Amino acid sequence: MQWGSVSEFVAMGGYGLYVWISFGVTALCMLWEVLALRRRHAAARAGTNESIHDQCVVQR
Amino acid sequence: MGLAHINWFKYSSPQAFYPLAGRMMPWFVAAATLLIGVGLYIGFFVAPTDFQQGESYRIIFVHVPAAWMSMFLYVVMALWAGLGLGLNARPSFMMAQAIAPTGALFTFLALVTGAMWGKPTWGAWWVWDARLTSELILLFLYGGVMLLRTSIDDPRRADRASAVFALVGVVNVPIIYFSVRWWNTLHQGASVSMTAAPKMAATMLTAMLIMTLGFWMYSIAVTLARMRCVILERERQSSWGAHHSHRETMEVH
Repeated sequence: MQWGSVSEFVAMGGYGLYVWISFGVTALCMLWEVLALRRRHAAARAGTNESIHDQCVVQR
Repeated sequence: MGLAHINWFKYSSPQAFYPLAGRMMPWFVAAATLLIGVGLYIGFFVAPTDFQQGESYRIIFVHVPAAWMSMFLYVVMALWAGLGLGLNARPSFMMAQAIAPTGALFTFLALVTGAMWGKPTWGAWWVWDARLTSELILLFLYGGVMLLRTSIDDPRRADRASAVFALVGVVNVPIIYFSVRWWNTLHQGASVSMTAAPKMAATMLTAMLIMTLGFWMYSIAVTLARMRCVILERERQSSWGAHHSHRETMEVH
């Protein structure tokens, strides 16, 4: 390992800003995609349940 | 029982695929988490400092996997689109639909991390060289495929139109890949070559390949998740979609 301390690790030899923005944006985008898909799935399921309800109402 | 007796089409129906995708997802999530964890560890704590670029080169561990996935997912999406057109198979179109946003996301990430790497290395966030320009065109192609789908109301016509668009756009993928060889680009040449010995340290290469595998498993997991959404959304009107979702909800309670 080439890091003597935590601050050295964060500094990334002076390139910290570029390195951490790269990894940060990537992590945020992937997490956002997962959360967005969860919401979309919940909405899709709610939608199908509503359509059952509609069908029941229509049948009655 | 011979292979001929297995019903290979059993899992190609949305009704059978929905629960199967649900069962497969956690495995791909686990594999992605593990691989990305190991990849990050090797990338930050085992791989040495680059003698030319210092620590800035570590951006490679997200940049190259994202760029590879952006091209790979486009080809896979185009294959499903082509299969859909050839067989007139709705599940194939749904697969193409499920892949597109993740491909677009990785294209965006390849461009952003590339800018973050370009600034300290070349002194510019962006240059109009063949590699960068063709990757930007890839983002527009993904955008086109997705926009075309949302702008056409009839799902069958939307499927066909976006599939044709995806197939035409696939010519851009070899252009991206070979751009560093065909043109004199500021972007560096291929990091990994099938014919030449690796130009980088073994630990750097290992971290990059493990991260790529991790992104691949992630892509499969989110594609399966989106496929489930697409199935529910499209079957909303049909009795099955309602029945299945309802039954699963009942099981949860």
